[in-house]
Amino acid sequence: MLVLALDTATPTLVAGVARWSAADGAQVLAEQAVPSGTRHAELLTPAIRDALADAGVTRANLEAVVVGLGPGPFTGLRVGVVTAAALGDALGLPVVGVCSLDAVGSGARTVVTDARRKEVYWATYGADGTRTDGPAVVRPADLAAGGPFVGDPAFADRLGAPVEPAEVTTAGLLRAAAAQLADPSSAGPLVPLYLRRPDATPPTSIKAVSQT
Amino acid sequence: MSEPLVLGFETSCDETGIGLVRGHTLLADALATSMDEHERFGGVVPEIASRAHLEAMVPTVHRALADAGVSAGDVDAVAVTSGPGLTGALLVGVAAAKAYAMALDVPLYGVNHLAAHVAVDELQHGRLAEPSIALLVSGGHSSLLLVPDLARDVESLGRTVDDAAGEAFDKVARVLGLPFPGGPPIDKAAREGDPAAIGFPRGLTGPRDAPYDFSFSGLKTAVARWVEARQRAGEPVPVADVAASFQEAVADVLTAKAVRACRDHGVDHLVLGGGVAANSRLRALAEERCAAAGIVLRVPSPRLCTDNGAMVAALGSRLVAAGVAPSAPDLGADSSLPIEVVSR
Ligand SMILES: [Zn+2]
Repeated sequence: MLVLALDTATPTLVAGVARWSAADGAQVLAEQAVPSGTRHAELLTPAIRDALADAGVTRANLEAVVVGLGPGPFTGLRVGVVTAAALGDALGLPVVGVCSLDAVGSGARTVVTDARRKEVYWATYGADGTRTDGPAVVRPADLAAGGPFVGDPAFADRLGAPVEPAEVTTAGLLRAAAAQLADPSSAGPLVPLYLRRPDATPPTSIKAVSQT
Repeated sequence: MSEPLVLGFETSCDETGIGLVRGHTLLADALATSMDEHERFGGVVPEIASRAHLEAMVPTVHRALADAGVSAGDVDAVAVTSGPGLTGALLVGVAAAKAYAMALDVPLYGVNHLAAHVAVDELQHGRLAEPSIALLVSGGHSSLLLVPDLARDVESLGRTVDDAAGEAFDKVARVLGLPFPGGPPIDKAAREGDPAAIGFPRGLTGPRDAPYDFSFSGLKTAVARWVEARQRAGEPVPVADVAASFQEAVADVLTAKAVRACRDHGVDHLVLGGGVAANSRLRALAEERCAAAGIVLRVPSPRLCTDNGAMVAALGSRLVAAGVAPSAPDLGADSSLPIEVVSR
């Protein structure tokens, strides 16, 4: 099965093309990892085109789309999720969403990525790679989970432990999507893992307009 | 050969609009709104709007295709609002439109939301006279435009220096205890009131003021002060008279400046657009003053005045017909896209 994998949960967007089968797993044919900061919307479709060209395939050859649902900064996250949903819709392909943290590193680990506001997104994994806790968001100082840590090394100081640098990869996305790819009818809804409520508090009392 | 089929995406604020247009023919105008979720905040909450756009996107595209009786494969071009608007909201539409354009292998046009408000009138009244003057008033914008060529050349004559006209409606509605958004309930209340009951100020209408700019902040404050003074004195607030007098002040300034812009520029066509153009008093006064000045007034139906996908598809259709180059692959969103940039 020819799969397009996308992730925009971190400042480095990922667009990869892989051949996948339940028996043999993933063989990555091409991967674009583009440092895009907050320019995911600008750079994602060009990265997909490049990845398809590098893999020597066209969009018509694709058979499924895998997308990271985060957690991550909301605006970038939505760019990836809506792109995957739209591609899947227009090309008539199943779209599989996975937790982006599942695609960072491998084996027993605690993944940490930048959640801004001095917080980290995190999840822990057992030796066989299954997620055992998270995803959640917390201040590094309050993170109860132990190491080894992988992900964003900028948090090593605040965690008081080394963080092995690791990013979302196409191979990681496909590994996380394996069960759903084997049975696309089991794929869940494409809802981002926001983990935070929208910043909006209803006014408790209506202030006099002339005083505002 | 029939004219190209254009699919339009609009997500600049709280409406997820998907439109389908062929030439000047409106085929579908599907809309999902998150308005209810913003009501208790008294204004649009950007993050709530963005989340709602994502949820609504694919289902709304499906509804538009079904309403038009076409399939995605029939689409010849995609157009999307690239700005101005709320960045996070715009980006959901831009990303979706780019993905559909790539999957369908058709050109993509990132367009200006304000120019699209003008273009939508072509779906009802045919090709726009050029040049035209356009008056666009909504909760997000209050602009007076000179439109020599809708596909390539739109100029800003004036804009609000503070609040948008629609915001003033929302705030006055709140002061009067009327629901959000404030436009429709004020319009309704005003029908029972006397527009001359209270002489509210007309902003920026002095001889030295910018002739085409608007200001609604002073008006809004004047209404609030007037109402609060009544309340402090323990007197009942004449809601209908306040609504009618406030609405009259807004309609008076908007139409006077629009007609003046037509006269000054020797233009005899005026187009209204934006949600506030659905206001009955604004429409009536514009008709009266345009008739007196020999100006042809064009106003889309209220449904097309508010934000929708059809207006974006309409502008896209105009760009395709004019042979304008499609957008670059790295198209993004610009929350403050200037009106001079019709497409990018
Ligand atoms: Zn608008």
